[in-house]
Amino acid sequence: MTRTMKGIAFAIAEAIDQEMAERSDIVVLGEDVTYWGAVFGFTMGLHQKYGRDRVIDTPITEQTFFGMACGAASVGMHPVVSLMFVDFLGAGFDQMYNHIAKNHYMSGGQFAMPVTILTAIGGGYGDAAQHSQVLYGLFAHVPGFKVVVPATAYDAKGLTISALRDPNPVVIFGHKLLTGLPFLPFEGQEEEVPEERYTVEFGKAAIRREGSDLTMIAAGLMVHRCLRAADELARDGISAEVIDLRTLVPLDTETLVASARKTGRVLIVDEDYRSYGMTGEVSFHVQAGALDALKTPIRRLAVPDVPIPFSEPLERTVIPSVEQIVAEAKALLAAGARA
Amino acid sequence: MWKPEPSLADLRYTVEKAGLTPETLLTAYRQMCLIRSFEETIADRYYIGKTPQFNMAAGPIRGEMHLAVGQEAVAVGVGMHLRDADAVVSTHRPHHHALAKGVPADKLAAEIFGKVTGLCRGKGGHMHLFDAEHRFSCSGIVGASFPQAAGAAFAFRHRGEPYVAVAFAGEGAANHGTLAETLNAAVLWNLPLVIVIEDNMYADSTPKWQALAQPHQFQRALGFNVPAYLVDGMDLIDVWRAAKEAIERARAGYGPSFIEAVCYRYRGHFEGDAEEYRTREEVERWRQLDPIPRLGERLKRLGWADDATLERLRREAEEEVARAIAFAEQSPLPDPQEALVGVFR
Repeated sequence: MTRTMKGIAFAIAEAIDQEMAERSDIVVLGEDVTYWGAVFGFTMGLHQKYGRDRVIDTPITEQTFFGMACGAASVGMHPVVSLMFVDFLGAGFDQMYNHIAKNHYMSGGQFAMPVTILTAIGGGYGDAAQHSQVLYGLFAHVPGFKVVVPATAYDAKGLTISALRDPNPVVIFGHKLLTGLPFLPFEGQEEEVPEERYTVEFGKAAIRREGSDLTMIAAGLMVHRCLRAADELARDGISAEVIDLRTLVPLDTETLVASARKTGRVLIVDEDYRSYGMTGEVSFHVQAGALDALKTPIRRLAVPDVPIPFSEPLERTVIPSVEQIVAEAKALLAAGARA
Repeated sequence: MWKPEPSLADLRYTVEKAGLTPETLLTAYRQMCLIRSFEETIADRYYIGKTPQFNMAAGPIRGEMHLAVGQEAVAVGVGMHLRDADAVVSTHRPHHHALAKGVPADKLAAEIFGKVTGLCRGKGGHMHLFDAEHRFSCSGIVGASFPQAAGAAFAFRHRGEPYVAVAFAGEGAANHGTLAETLNAAVLWNLPLVIVIEDNMYADSTPKWQALAQPHQFQRALGFNVPAYLVDGMDLIDVWRAAKEAIERARAGYGPSFIEAVCYRYRGHFEGDAEEYRTREEVERWRQLDPIPRLGERLKRLGWADDATLERLRREAEEEVARAIAFAEQSPLPDPQEALVGVFR
């Protein structure tokens, strides 16, 4: 049975609910995870069903509740921890990157670290420099985190269930403009989502639209902006393929390279900062596997290494928009083919 | 917090009141000798290849080395009350805690030597020791142990298990925000947690009076209504008694406790430390309070041991250490390719 669902927030909450119903090792920790469902809805409804023993509002102490998640995981629990905005990672990152991400390796495989971290990312609604970042590149850079960026409700549910069954630390980055919550703009699509449990495998990118002239690679919200850009490009007779990475770690290089070889032109679109991030990493893999098939150098569009500004025209300038994506795609096509 | 030596009558009263038997104190004596011998033997091997020019990367033991000679009573006084299923989260100075928790000396030594037979197959090293069987872990990051032990305590309470978690940390770590945060959480959720602060007077090279607004840590716990003990960390009996109460309280469901054990490290913060920040005379003064002879003298006064018995226990401990070190030295190094696996399970 399926039903129509709007956004990823309810899908993530339903995934946690369905796993919690069958497993006693899952507890949910974080700020405002009860009444407010972790603010962005990822834990909504759980507290009413499972009570405060399993869904626990913590003090505003990121380093301590992430440290507790580490300690609880080391004795067999599976904590689901909310980092309300990814921007708050600085308040608790030591416990994440030095401990949760490393203890399995450092212990020679003795201590599993089954911790699922939920966090809200992204801008576009006027929350400025400390509440609009994406930052998944920081997590993807450190060995030990799996990095999950759902773009659709179907994926959000299936990827979350995969995370809850994974014995490793998994960070789920849910874009605020894809949550489907009434107090935020919604840029996703309403879609059919099965009621029963299912998983979406990590490390498998999805081709969201097939095309032949260029490949656009993105994650999260930018997948939807690329799809809208592809619609516009189609009106000009340009056929764009759109690939949704789904997970940055593990990264499905095979699908990326195959698409690049097919179209010969690649545009990478990212809402994270431009330098030393996802766009650079993806373009490395694309050139390594498809250089001989590339007709032009790879292009990228990302936040141009400035903090996210507040005022609307400023914010619109730095976060890749449909118009910017269309312009970049056209620039890519206009570039002369390599001799 | 040095406490004066009790009269024989008072000593008898104290041990009887505490329920201390000859067997317990002789075991404690042997354990402390084991740790002392372990640390001194590691120091001895550590300097192989590092003299006359001190090069941290040279010799059979690489990297930094933080030894706990002088702090044995704290680890043993706490560890004797713990079971395998209780959790201990330790620090960058972890060997004494590990041995007191029952971590096998041979695998511990092998890890310090970077051998494949080590606790972590050579991937952790001296500051990152893990033993799942004995629920022992540690972190090289100061202040990290408090919330991790609280997390294990949370799991025990959540599952209704009769286990306790202990966080060890130094007085320098007590300045970290994680202590205040963890105390708050531990009271809020009534966690079976015991926080043990080893106040050895120096955070690296920084004397505590340069870094602490208050001379003592227990006041921080009292601010959260957490039962707190200020103990003589150079006195096994004093630590043992406080730890017994704290751990029994946690096990019985009465929540967290806090122990501040004032102690002293006889060696530098790390091996190679020139110790400009303290005098030889100061170290010698603390040598007068050495916890091992101090307990030995008391055992003799109580008539529970003679010199021959103490000598036998010391020798047994030294032989166990010699076997552990030999095991480590003779073990193979890991296959280099092992470095590339094990990030994920």
